[in-house]
Amino acid sequence: MQMNQMPRPSHPYVLICPTYADGQGRGAVPKQVIGFLNDPDRRAGIAGVIGAGNRNFGATYALAGRIIAQKCNVPLLYSFELAGTETDIARVRAGLEKLGRHLCSTAA
Amino acid sequence: MKDMIQTKIPRAINWNRLEDDKDLEVWNRLTVNFWLPEKVPLSNDIQSWATLTDHEKQLTIRVFTGLTLLDTIQNTVGAPALMPDAVTPHEEAVLTNIAFMEAVHARSYSSIFSTLCSTKEIDEAFRWSEENPHLQAKAEAILNTYAPGNDPLKRKIASVFLESFLFYSGFYLPMYWSSRAKLTNTADLIRLIIRDEAVHGYYIGYKFQRGYEKLSDDEQQELKDYAFSLMFELYGIENQYTEELYDEIGLTEDVKVFLHYNANKALQNLGFEALFPPEVAEVNPAILAALSPDSENHDFFSGSGSSYVIGKAVATEDEDWDF
Repeated sequence: MQMNQMPRPSHPYVLICPTYADGQGRGAVPKQVIGFLNDPDRRAGIAGVIGAGNRNFGATYALAGRIIAQKCNVPLLYSFELAGTETDIARVRAGLEKLGRHLCSTAA
Repeated sequence: MKDMIQTKIPRAINWNRLEDDKDLEVWNRLTVNFWLPEKVPLSNDIQSWATLTDHEKQLTIRVFTGLTLLDTIQNTVGAPALMPDAVTPHEEAVLTNIAFMEAVHARSYSSIFSTLCSTKEIDEAFRWSEENPHLQAKAEAILNTYAPGNDPLKRKIASVFLESFLFYSGFYLPMYWSSRAKLTNTADLIRLIIRDEAVHGYYIGYKFQRGYEKLSDDEQQELKDYAFSLMFELYGIENQYTEELYDEIGLTEDVKVFLHYNANKALQNLGFEALFPPEVAEVNPAILAALSPDSENHDFFSGSGSSYVIGKAVATEDEDWDF
């Protein structure tokens, strides 16, 4: 994706990111996401990160989420496998609502 | 007069002109992940092996011969059967890598055997694998789908079910031992196999989805019905196989939950919804931790949300973002 086609969030946002690491963990964060976060304006709004992956990749499971959390100094809110289960979706939905309310109340 | 049958000469493969970027991406991932069993210090498990009871040893060897059979099928029949169906020349090349790695997997079980077991135990287990009706039934169900003339997308369904579902009644056991700090080097080797199978299941599932999206609604429905009915058939066999192996050690119910979880993941690889509801697919956390060590599960949300404090995003320069 070209940079000018990337979303430009105007409010705090949570980034959900898949993992594509090799056996050593290289290349975990997709290039497009690195490009997105390289932009200081876009990076400024990140409130948290959710990592996706597959436990079958062992220690690199959902590694992208952990790397982004560390790089951006934001909490790793959740991790889930593949496209997530019903349980994952319900937890993330409820968690994001709670987080949204909290961010609104602290901004006020 | 020319011969009636013309030899089809393939075009020379040009990796600088890709039709599907996924082919190169997966080729790179698979080649970087290449490994051989010799790299794992299996002999460090000899002492641990000696702490298992005779029954636990027999169970472990049997489980590994069952896995050997599945890897042998993928190596000699499964991956080669997918090659003529390849849509791009690069897909065909990736499948040759998959076929060879299945041979490495099949070979690595024999490395475990020669390190830990006696020839008599090994021979007995291979005989068992040839005579076990459930193991033979699952091999037959898959091989029928791979047969020449069958629908290429049905073959991919069978392949994904083998890679992402059928292995797991077997993979459970080394993960269980590892969670109890037993046979930990063997578990390291099995994790390398699991990692490879995950790429194979993902890639073949991806290729399935590219073919599936070109079909009419009716054709899609027919194929989806086929996938779920094959899953039911295999699940029935796996249940019996699991009971026969794990009843005596009291792990059957735990293994079945693991089967549900993996069946759902196999269906996700094909782009389909889960079959088993969450309450029967919640895997024992010790097994999950053995699958992906050093990657604890994060659920910040279920803690108290009020503890949330926004960290200051670090004011880094672009060059720092060398992930």
